[in-house]
Amino acid sequence: MKRFAALYTALDQSTKTTTKVAALEAYFREAPDADRLWTIALLSGRRPRRGVTTTQLRDWAAELAGLPQWLFEDSYAVVGDLAETIALVLPEGEAPGGDTRSLSDWIAEVKRLGTLDEPARKAAVLGAWGTLDRTGRFVFNKLITGGLRVGVSQTLMTRALARATGVPEPELAHRLMGDWTPETVSFESLVLTRDPEADLSKPYPFCLAYQVEDGVQALGSPADWLAEWKWDGIRGQVILRGGQHFVWSRGEELMTDRFPELARLRDFVPEGTVFDGEILGWRDGAPLPFAALQTRIGRKTVPKKLLAEAPVILLAYDLLEAGGEDLRAAPLAERRARLATLTEGLPDEVPLRLSPEVGFDDWAALAALRATSRARGAEGLMLKRRAAPYVGGRRKGDWWKWKVDPLSVDAVMIYAQAGHGRRANLFTDYTFAVWDGDALVPFTKAYSGLTDAEFREITAWVRKNTLQRFGPVRQVPGELVFEIGFEGIQPSPRHKSGIALRFPRMLRWRRDKPAAEADTLESLRALL
Amino acid sequence: MGDMAVLSFTEAGIWCEAGDFHIDPWRPVPRALITHGHADHARPGHGAYLATHAALPVLRHRLGDIRAEGIAYGEARQIGGATVSFHPAGHVPGSAQIRVEVGGEVWVVSGDYKTEPDGLCEPFDPVRCHAFISECTFGLPVFRWAPQAEVAAEIRAWWQANAAAGRVSLLGAYALGKAQRLMAAVGDGPGPILTHGAVEAVTDVLRGQGYALPATELVTPGTDKARLAGALVIAPPAALGSAWARRLGTVSTGFASGWMRMRGVRRRRGADRGFVMSDHADWDGLNAAIAATGAERVFVTHGYTSVFRRWLESRGYDAQVVATEFEGESVETPAREPAAATEAGP
Repeated sequence: MKRFAALYTALDQSTKTTTKVAALEAYFREAPDADRLWTIALLSGRRPRRGVTTTQLRDWAAELAGLPQWLFEDSYAVVGDLAETIALVLPEGEAPGGDTRSLSDWIAEVKRLGTLDEPARKAAVLGAWGTLDRTGRFVFNKLITGGLRVGVSQTLMTRALARATGVPEPELAHRLMGDWTPETVSFESLVLTRDPEADLSKPYPFCLAYQVEDGVQALGSPADWLAEWKWDGIRGQVILRGGQHFVWSRGEELMTDRFPELARLRDFVPEGTVFDGEILGWRDGAPLPFAALQTRIGRKTVPKKLLAEAPVILLAYDLLEAGGEDLRAAPLAERRARLATLTEGLPDEVPLRLSPEVGFDDWAALAALRATSRARGAEGLMLKRRAAPYVGGRRKGDWWKWKVDPLSVDAVMIYAQAGHGRRANLFTDYTFAVWDGDALVPFTKAYSGLTDAEFREITAWVRKNTLQRFGPVRQVPGELVFEIGFEGIQPSPRHKSGIALRFPRMLRWRRDKPAAEADTLESLRALL
Repeated sequence: MGDMAVLSFTEAGIWCEAGDFHIDPWRPVPRALITHGHADHARPGHGAYLATHAALPVLRHRLGDIRAEGIAYGEARQIGGATVSFHPAGHVPGSAQIRVEVGGEVWVVSGDYKTEPDGLCEPFDPVRCHAFISECTFGLPVFRWAPQAEVAAEIRAWWQANAAAGRVSLLGAYALGKAQRLMAAVGDGPGPILTHGAVEAVTDVLRGQGYALPATELVTPGTDKARLAGALVIAPPAALGSAWARRLGTVSTGFASGWMRMRGVRRRRGADRGFVMSDHADWDGLNAAIAATGAERVFVTHGYTSVFRRWLESRGYDAQVVATEFEGESVETPAREPAAATEAGP
């Protein structure tokens, strides 16, 4: 673990990208294959199956540190991270001889924990804490709890690995996609050798868009740009290769079984085809609201009733592969033309549509069209440069989202909770309410949108004005007013207020507004 | 408070009825006893000040023309019906705990304190008492400090690595106490120790009093760039990220504070490196200090008071929380904007 703990320290201590990449590159050059593989897995959000509950971890840590449980919990509330709290409260000092095991050995140990009975499991965890130093304990705890974040994106990790192995970066990015785990691949098979069998299911790294901020005029001539409606669905790649089909989310989750209707594409689309598009609930030639799709997201398999209530289609907007040929280097205009040919004349029952182009002559005309987005059920527009190749990752310049301004409402903060990670020890997670007669009815939570300075000021206010504590949650007097922005609003029988918001966030702190002038439930319902 | 109350807690601060004086008051009062020179303890506007001889020069430097008198550590003085004396608190040079005795009942106000000797200020000296008014800035078991020598070695290694790479090492530390403790502890490095004006002024005062401090040099617009490259520059936290800091060239920033023990705070600070070094007692230090007083009653102020009070109560103490106006400034908002930083922090 020492080598990995040192890497963790180096990544955590630096705020500079170049330093992080250099530290990772050095690690990838030196570490044994099993450790390299697990490091790639951890930094891309994979982790071993959890074999210990967090309750057990808390109880054992408090016991070993000689602390009453309430004091451990209060400390955790301040630190905001369980793995870190445990590492901080345990008595200092690693065992004589220290830790000689590698990262992959420790992961094997973490996996073994799940197979043990409780006394043996406790002995193993206490043994690990006794052997490791503070950073080692922190990493060990994170292996169990998950969420080892070190501020390294998949792109940076891929760059470092490319430098260490000599495999070109785009090639490597592609190889690391998919639903592999360190149990199903080796470092050799994942990173170094091209395995056509494994490549069958792999999606391409997604091209991501930035929000237009400086106005569309800055984009230059309208003729260079293709506009499409931006729908609120699930971004996905649909792959048809080797007589099979695969559906991937942008989060690299394999969703094939959740959308069984897409299997029909196999009957109508030739082999060796990869689409990029939006999976949408669809009825009578128009998209359904996201809420319809939401009913299907959490399910691994979909019952017939739901299939009938919320049927999906793929609204395809890009063609990444045709006839087994990688088209990503071709300009968008050419890819679109081939996509149009491919989707032309398909019977209505095939759940595949071409995302239509939104025609416009100048930016003013497009702005006028954009203003109609909400009425159409769209979030706004997408703008794509016709001459651009398809480049994975988030890169400014070729793809832009031009969303409509959010809906907004002025709401009163009634509960506050401390954040995690960088925001630990600051109250950043708030519950908001609107007036229903004389009562404040909670209707949403929001976490983001304020500056660090505002969060600090509100944190000091929350501490001075706490009415009641419910574990980590503080109830505060309904005094502070915030403008809450959101993208959509739906009726929701599950919520007290009867409504649910899509993408709520704080737009600003309304210091100018007394709580009595905040919005009402009635005015919110009027937006439904 | 009962009839045995030697001190009481008023709008203006801690007050002794028998002697009619306040300790570290935050509103103007006729007579103030001051534990140390940090801005939230030594405020302007009092009629008369009493502080240790060692604390006075900084007090005068900060507050200007005040009516102030010095007292030696351990010297007993009668004020009205009370006997007072000042005892080393180990927080910053000249800092004191204040012992107040009235009719055989002894109360001690800790001020800010740390129990580990730092080689520069007068080491903490436990005082037996019936009631102890203790700060608890770091009153949670997650706060434990490594020995100073270890942290100093970390800082030296960071300085050396920076010097080798041609970078300036810019270290943020409070101008009174932490800055001088660091320059004294870090020892010889790969280059000179340079200072920001706020640090240099206080360092000058302390050097004049005879504290053993290494040579330092004020950074000015005329400072040679080549000299800067391998230097350790010590500046108040407010200066990190300022226009002043940008003029130094390529810097690596570090910040030395007890709050750096928490990863979230460290990352929020945005410094390249966080060094865990505090002039306040850690969890073990607080518990040891309180035990050493022999006190049965403990008043906690300034920090994680409600948690620490509950802990003390579970250990058999008669413990109470005292609200102070120090609170909002230096403790509960550890990661405040550098611009808003007072020098009263940890």
